[in-house]
Amino acid sequence: MPPIPEWLRLRRDKSVQPEDASLWQKCPRCNEMLYRKDVAANQWVCTRCGYHFRMHAYDRINALVDGDFVEIGTEILPGDPLAWTDKRPYPAKLEADREKSKLTEAVVTGFATLDGFPVALGVMDFNFRGGTMGTVVGERIANLLEEARRRRLPCIIFTASGGARMEEGMLALMQMAKTTQAVERFMENGNPFITVLTDPTTGGVSASFAFQADIIIAEAKAAIGFAGRRVIEQTIRQKLPENFQTAEFLLEKGHIDMVVERHDLRATLVRMLDYAVDRRRLTPALKAVPEFALQ
Amino acid sequence: MNVIVEREKSLVELEARLAQLRERDTASGELRALETKVEELRRDMFGRLSAWERVNMARHPKRPLASDYLAALDAFDELHGDRHFRDDPALAGGFAKLRGRRVMVLAQQKGSDTKENVRRNFGMVSPEGYRKAKRLMELASRLRLPIVSFVDTSGADPGIGSEERAQSEAIASCLLALTRAEVPIVATIVGEGGSGGALAIALADHVIMAENAVYSVASPEGCAAILWGDAARAPEAAERLRLTSADLNTFGIVDEIVAEPLGGAHRNGPAFVQKMLDAVDGALSRLDGLSGETLREARYMKYRRIGAWRDETGERAVALP
Ligand SMILES: [Zn+2]
Repeated sequence: MPPIPEWLRLRRDKSVQPEDASLWQKCPRCNEMLYRKDVAANQWVCTRCGYHFRMHAYDRINALVDGDFVEIGTEILPGDPLAWTDKRPYPAKLEADREKSKLTEAVVTGFATLDGFPVALGVMDFNFRGGTMGTVVGERIANLLEEARRRRLPCIIFTASGGARMEEGMLALMQMAKTTQAVERFMENGNPFITVLTDPTTGGVSASFAFQADIIIAEAKAAIGFAGRRVIEQTIRQKLPENFQTAEFLLEKGHIDMVVERHDLRATLVRMLDYAVDRRRLTPALKAVPEFALQ
Repeated sequence: MNVIVEREKSLVELEARLAQLRERDTASGELRALETKVEELRRDMFGRLSAWERVNMARHPKRPLASDYLAALDAFDELHGDRHFRDDPALAGGFAKLRGRRVMVLAQQKGSDTKENVRRNFGMVSPEGYRKAKRLMELASRLRLPIVSFVDTSGADPGIGSEERAQSEAIASCLLALTRAEVPIVATIVGEGGSGGALAIALADHVIMAENAVYSVASPEGCAAILWGDAARAPEAAERLRLTSADLNTFGIVDEIVAEPLGGAHRNGPAFVQKMLDAVDGALSRLDGLSGETLREARYMKYRRIGAWRDETGERAVALP
């Protein structure tokens, strides 16, 4: 078994929340000035009122996995197929987001274990182009599902997305069809597909793999829907109720399996895996991450 | 205001004069001169359309609608309802015969007048419409009927009720049902192809697009509002979105384009409808006899490939069929 190349390893000691010059973070709900380090240590949940800040993909991975995380798909990077420009050229926007978010695209995919369960894990990040799905997101998600199928692993995807990425036009919309192909095939592998919808999950992502999962979990208070709130308000020319399109609203309407607070997410996912996957089936090789990922 | 309709107004008087002359004498020099002039004008006006002009063609009030295609089939028996909530008039579906073939048809249905448009929600489909579509897709797969869809919608319905009844899940489930279908699927984009609401019935083995139809990730107005905070810049947005049939053909998203007469499909609606049905028939005959497994494998490869990205070195542009 070859050793894991250094560049593939995620440093667990490194918080990658985009740097903000200030030490302080104001909570938008309770207005408390919080010490950033405390909020980070609390999985980006307000230590006073429990408000869930949007979380960086790598912070989320750090908070979830047992040990190492083996990232795949990093060689798949965005192009500029439409030679798109609006206020700025698309490549300049991508560059700025790379700088700001320390991410190569709006989703991070790879392998890890959760309480000993090997899983394929995808985490979207709103910090990169609003989590929009262009070719790279579609391609990395499809790859992840295919790799999970090949290795007979469960697949967990955290969604956070403003929808399809306009700068890639119809090529972005077609990623809904691409990811659906991969989901459909994955479902033959006898393992669960679990999505965790985080704030916000809308448009093309919500209308494809987010709502195609076997188990759909939503993070508390997350905004989830097809059409954006503003679009609906403009269409019907009235204000929407406060709780409209929240995770709690969707639970009440029967769209999702459960609403879970961020601190309980890992334990909940482990319980779901424990029901859905037979632990006796896990071979020692599978238990030892990241070796299994290289098979 | 439709820019094509406005432009056509300037031709109305000349055309009336032409009709008058034709009645009197079909061989007069004046008639021939005027005919040439009108033809030239028409070529100037409609010969080379911009993306925004095509958006207006696709939204033209006289453009053939789904109902025109359904009426031109050998037979059509509508099947109603999603079995749960209601029948959505924005999406019609049912058994049909097309050039003698047994097929399942799905069609997004705009209205031809205001009253009809209100009843049909301007062709914007609600979750129950997509659930009806999904039901019929699954039935078609079981009965081995090819699926034929007619796409004409500005987008999925963005209302409160649609969100309450899980619009996302309804569309996502249609995509899965089409992916699973063991029968040939032919989609036609005949008018407006509005984002995910259109794709929900357009994931297909063969996608045919009318020359002046448009198919877009976002409406030009919505796109302009997001980019510049100004919906009036929609013509600019339309250009950038690459939403025309020619663009989408080069991206491998559209497989076949059906040419429209100069001035648009509505210049000779019935003939254009027949031409489109011929194209569907041709596609079905090519897909005829392929096994469910073969179709699904080809469908997988087709959508798995669409997109464009670069690899780490930045040297190699990947995909774009
Ligand atoms: Zn707070």
